[in-house]
Amino acid sequence: MKQSDQSVSGKTHQTDWKAVRDEFPALHQQVNGYPLAYFDHAATAQKPRKVIDAMTRYYEFDNANVHRGVHSLSQRATLAYEEARQKTARFICAKDPSEIIFTSGTTASVNVVALSWGRAHLKPGDEVLVTGLEHHANLVPWQMACAMTGAQLKIVPVNEFGEVSTDSVAEMLHSKTRIFAFSWISNALGTINPAHDWVQLAREKGITTLIDAAQVAAHHPIDVQHLGVDFLCFSAHKMMGPTGLGVLYGKKSILETLDPVFGGGDMIDEVTYEKSTWADLPYRLEAGTPNIAGVIGLSAAIDFLESIGWQNISRRESELLQYALEKLSEIPQIRFIGSPKERAGVISFVVDGVHPYDLGILLDEQGIALRTGHHCAQPLMRHFGITGTCRVSLAIYNTFEEIDQLDRAIKRALRLLGISQSN
Amino acid sequence: MMNIPSNMKSIQDQLAADFEYLDDWEERYAYLMDLGKEVQGLSPEEKTSDNLIRGCQSRVWLITRYENNRLWMSADSEAFIARGIIALLMKVFNGQTPSDILNENFDLPERIGLTAHLSPGRANGLAGMLSRIRHDASLALGTQNRN
Repeated sequence: MKQSDQSVSGKTHQTDWKAVRDEFPALHQQVNGYPLAYFDHAATAQKPRKVIDAMTRYYEFDNANVHRGVHSLSQRATLAYEEARQKTARFICAKDPSEIIFTSGTTASVNVVALSWGRAHLKPGDEVLVTGLEHHANLVPWQMACAMTGAQLKIVPVNEFGEVSTDSVAEMLHSKTRIFAFSWISNALGTINPAHDWVQLAREKGITTLIDAAQVAAHHPIDVQHLGVDFLCFSAHKMMGPTGLGVLYGKKSILETLDPVFGGGDMIDEVTYEKSTWADLPYRLEAGTPNIAGVIGLSAAIDFLESIGWQNISRRESELLQYALEKLSEIPQIRFIGSPKERAGVISFVVDGVHPYDLGILLDEQGIALRTGHHCAQPLMRHFGITGTCRVSLAIYNTFEEIDQLDRAIKRALRLLGISQSN
Repeated sequence: MMNIPSNMKSIQDQLAADFEYLDDWEERYAYLMDLGKEVQGLSPEEKTSDNLIRGCQSRVWLITRYENNRLWMSADSEAFIARGIIALLMKVFNGQTPSDILNENFDLPERIGLTAHLSPGRANGLAGMLSRIRHDASLALGTQNRN
């Protein structure tokens, strides 16, 4: 019944998954007397030693502010910072490093677009289109932009499987739509949306597009040129990099038209008491001292992911997902929320009669880290008539043994909660 | 329900002793959830947003009533463990005087071996419930002092 990781590593060719897992120090600990089984990757990923070391090394040897000093440390820090920008540009196939803006996270990236682009382009009568699958990070900023400009927010509905149909998208993209902002992968259900097709549909009608790729960056290669998307946002911490750092990609021709949202150091050309002029891209959108250590950590995270390779990552994740779905399906009390055909390594479920909070606590007692609650997607939860779910999210460092541990822990928790199989 | 309870220190001691008999986390949670089943709960009309305690992953509603110089409370939650926490709080605080409530050192969570989940930092509503009870006790004390 239990697949061993050895047999699986055979299937996935050369990758030694135990060695990959060993790179993550935080995974090797006991929680409440059990080995930690970390299934909360979609909230934040664990960090490999290479990322932690790169950031420590920066603080120990190279710490200096960037773009300012002529001294050697500042030169080294600036070089590392700008090399990371080039690497990030290559990572998502951007044409030019100046199309990469470092922010504090996906949320900040979406907010910059909603505030700056929104203020310049939205007016009463216009529509902003998002889907019913959005994380609050790609919903609330648009509500705020609409309130500010008089534009209207429209939502493409989600079906019973937790999918958004391309036909519905096509129908709702029309002459009043100014921007279509959507998540590529749903954080709550794991639904993978056909990002390329949706961007093409919008482009045919001259509509600006934004992709929330927060759940994509660690799992799937991103090619912004192939996508043809105008803006794309993601966070370093969900791709095994540090917290507090995000990326806003924008096509240069559009970024050049954006007014800065934040003013301050590093983003100016000339300042007098009367007025200021802005620096060139990307600096005009990066006011103040940036998260230098974070950028260096992101650079190491990119190296780490690329050293494993997308094919291996995708094969491993889909094997883990299939195994987890198989095991959880065998527990009769579990009801999956969302059953999208195209699904990333995320499984949301409820047990009728049991609050996700209770289950989450009783699983934590057995070393299982998963997410309970609304996953920052309250409207989506309402759509399914629930207040929250338990969410298992998987990453390459998870093991089949951990999924077995999860299976045993859920059964034990349900016994304790008095929810027997016969119910 | 209007029976005047014993003093809070001895109630906490008694509860701590009850939990001491239980061997492992499973037994402790089972007992906590059993205590929760005794909580009378609230009617749907009482589950208003005013009575909702913020900051809990599971929704918790709490109502207090000041009568005969004592604070009486009723509460409800949709989660079994949160109802267990409510039961503990009710056993300790229900029917006590506002000044006693404000002076009591509530250290039961640490003493019953469920610290990890009953600590105020967890999104379990315990901190919210405690601060609501103390807030209402302060208000009641204000009323008492004015009379």
